[in-house]
Amino acid sequence: MNPVLQVEELSKSFPGVQALQRVSLDLHEGEVHVLVGENGAGKSTLIKLICGMYPLEGGKMTYKGAPYAPLTPHDAIKSGIRVVYQEFNLLPYLSVAENIFFDSLPRKHGLVDFKKLHSDAERVLDRVGLNVSPTMPVELLGVAQMQLLEIAKAVSAECSVLILDEPTATLSPKDTDNLFGIIHDLKKQGLAIIYISHHLKEIYEIGDTVTVLRNGERVETCSIHDVRIPDLVAMMVGRKMESEYPFRDDIKQTGKVILSVRNLCFKGNTNPVSFELREGELLGISGLVGSKRTETLRAIFGADPKEGGEILLNGSPLEIGSPKEAVEAGLSLLTEDRKNQGLVLDMSLSANITLADLSRVSNAGLLRVSAEREASKKLSSELGIKTPSIRQLARNLSGGNQQKLVLAKWLFRDAKVLMFDEPTRGIDVGAKYEIYLLLWELLAEDKGILLVSSDLNELMGICHRIIVFSNGRITGDLKREEFSQERILECAYKEYIG
Amino acid sequence: MRKKFIYFLLNEAGIGLILAALCIGFSIFVPNFASLHNVTNIFTQISINTVIAVGMTFVILLGGIDLSVGSVLSLCTIVAGLFMTKEGVPLPVAISGAIVLSLLAGMVCGLFNGWVSETWKIHAFVVTLGMLNIARGVALQVSGSRTIFSFPKAFNEVGTLTFGGVPLIFIVAVTLVLIGQFVLNKTVFGRLIYAIGNNEEAVRLSGHNTKRYKVSAYVICGAMVGIAAILYMLRLNIASPILGVGFELSAIAAVVIGGTSMAGGKGSLIGTFIGAGIMGVLNNGLLLIGLSDFIRQIVTGGIIVVAVVLDTYRVKFSHMLLK
Repeated sequence: MNPVLQVEELSKSFPGVQALQRVSLDLHEGEVHVLVGENGAGKSTLIKLICGMYPLEGGKMTYKGAPYAPLTPHDAIKSGIRVVYQEFNLLPYLSVAENIFFDSLPRKHGLVDFKKLHSDAERVLDRVGLNVSPTMPVELLGVAQMQLLEIAKAVSAECSVLILDEPTATLSPKDTDNLFGIIHDLKKQGLAIIYISHHLKEIYEIGDTVTVLRNGERVETCSIHDVRIPDLVAMMVGRKMESEYPFRDDIKQTGKVILSVRNLCFKGNTNPVSFELREGELLGISGLVGSKRTETLRAIFGADPKEGGEILLNGSPLEIGSPKEAVEAGLSLLTEDRKNQGLVLDMSLSANITLADLSRVSNAGLLRVSAEREASKKLSSELGIKTPSIRQLARNLSGGNQQKLVLAKWLFRDAKVLMFDEPTRGIDVGAKYEIYLLLWELLAEDKGILLVSSDLNELMGICHRIIVFSNGRITGDLKREEFSQERILECAYKEYIG
Repeated sequence: MRKKFIYFLLNEAGIGLILAALCIGFSIFVPNFASLHNVTNIFTQISINTVIAVGMTFVILLGGIDLSVGSVLSLCTIVAGLFMTKEGVPLPVAISGAIVLSLLAGMVCGLFNGWVSETWKIHAFVVTLGMLNIARGVALQVSGSRTIFSFPKAFNEVGTLTFGGVPLIFIVAVTLVLIGQFVLNKTVFGRLIYAIGNNEEAVRLSGHNTKRYKVSAYVICGAMVGIAAILYMLRLNIASPILGVGFELSAIAAVVIGGTSMAGGKGSLIGTFIGAGIMGVLNNGLLLIGLSDFIRQIVTGGIIVVAVVLDTYRVKFSHMLLK
């Protein structure tokens, strides 16, 4: 039998990264094809190429025997390839039926034919086993129902290939079972399904074939019943080292605990989180996307509300209800999303640098312009921010320089504990290296650093210790001599396997 | 060199070029426009709008809006007017008390606007629309829907003071513009106003209490309205529960013509001042030409839109020059 969709040697690169390298994949009718791989392995890139979000760069695709090269997501939808993303794409105030047929509302005399709309919707809802009225506003649905509605939307029109991206991430076990029943039915109806998931156990319940990606390349494709979970994990590890990491063992480790997090609870997390950070220590935090790494940092910092637990700085408990209190106590948080949460893009470099500590460049509320200029000049040259002038707008800097600018902001504040969330994402190797060196300088001043990163090599290269999050729980606490990709991934997948 | 000069002119003078063009045009084609008497007139006419627009600029820089300024101004005149005309209060107390009360009334309304919209995350458009009605209602109720005049003679005389043809109320307005501009440019408070208008979340995560700053901006706006109310009483010698209708639109127009972005984060009070100037000059010049009230409204409206459209071209053009 010929495959419905044949992907041959797809490649895609971004500045500085080869995201996908000659990946091939055959997808058959009535098959659930599972894609696994760690963060950054190339799963999303592959999906985005198939559904027309990125233009084809190298390789080709054949769909139903004809060449297929979608230029826009709309092309893919028209040919019958539909994706259900992790983030829903629904219009909350419109009805279930209107959401399903939004692109092609049935018409009569130029008006919407609601009778036909609702009867059509009922048929589709039946098909995915979603038992709600077509007239119900979507905002009243639960998460599981919205998930099914997304699938209903996808299969409402001509659809031969359905791509599900982490569909069970937010579902309860019961809803997951229900979803699997529906996927089985769709399979029987002849749909070909690509299924992406971190949950290695559940893919055995639903998958037929599995493809393992690593570092943008395909490692293996085989029948899912020919491999066991440990084999899969072993295949996922082993990303290539991209650059050298400057690890310095001359940093004094006094062993003194500076930050201690005890039974921290926050919204969406059922397991209290506890860990400690010591003076001069670079503590890495690993875990899959969605394992609550970022949320933990945000809760410590007071950026999101805390629901319980204690945070101690140098032994004394902190009452942190807002970032203002956290900053005043000596914490800092460099957020993952530098454009929306880190920088004020339409303000100057120097205004951004001094933003977290304006008291240092002001006197009784009056800005001392020359002091600000001197301070920002000094910091931006120390960090090697490449810019014609400190009056340059942050918006006009390159990604790497923007990242250094956010760093500069927190260096200017002189915090005791620095929390960095993906500080090197999306920047080139040279800038990364410079940022590592900076981290070491900070450590030499007896500060403590928490570093969240999706890049395992980076964590293993520069951290003293790594704690691993898995589905909201800390499942590993590894010392430097215990570091290995296998150990870390094993911990990262722990809560998803059993 | 010439390129640089044009760039400077376009960027720094900006919307001022349009004001200058209007002034020159009217001076040439309208005989009485440039007379001392008429210039004094224009100064007087734009003062009140300028002061309200100063407050409005703070609010709009934060991405907010205040629709209640007209009604609140009316309420402030009533509060001040009632106190000033009270029997048996010595004159200095009556006048200074009226000024303080007017300021307080404005600030309380501003506090309500800011605090309600920030605490419950309701768009300021809605909250201040509510305040627009509340303030008007309170003014009508408190005054028994009467207009108050018969202010002390000394008070009325202050309103007519001029210094070399420059009316006192205009001097007050310009002073407020300059103070405001100083606050925006040279203080931590001003820096944070711009920063919050650009990216509130980044400012919050940098350790600032953004809510406090946002509420403050509404209080400042209320205070400006309180001052504008006193200026209004000085100029027209009345306090009335039905005045100030549409003032919010003139103030917003001045702010927007002055180049402040409705989305917040960008703009200046000098711009706002020039914006108020453009509106005043237009109104005055068109009146002198002899256009009817209706036609003047149409032209003024049209010019507001044209000025803002031209401004987008100015920005584009100056960027092109730089390349």
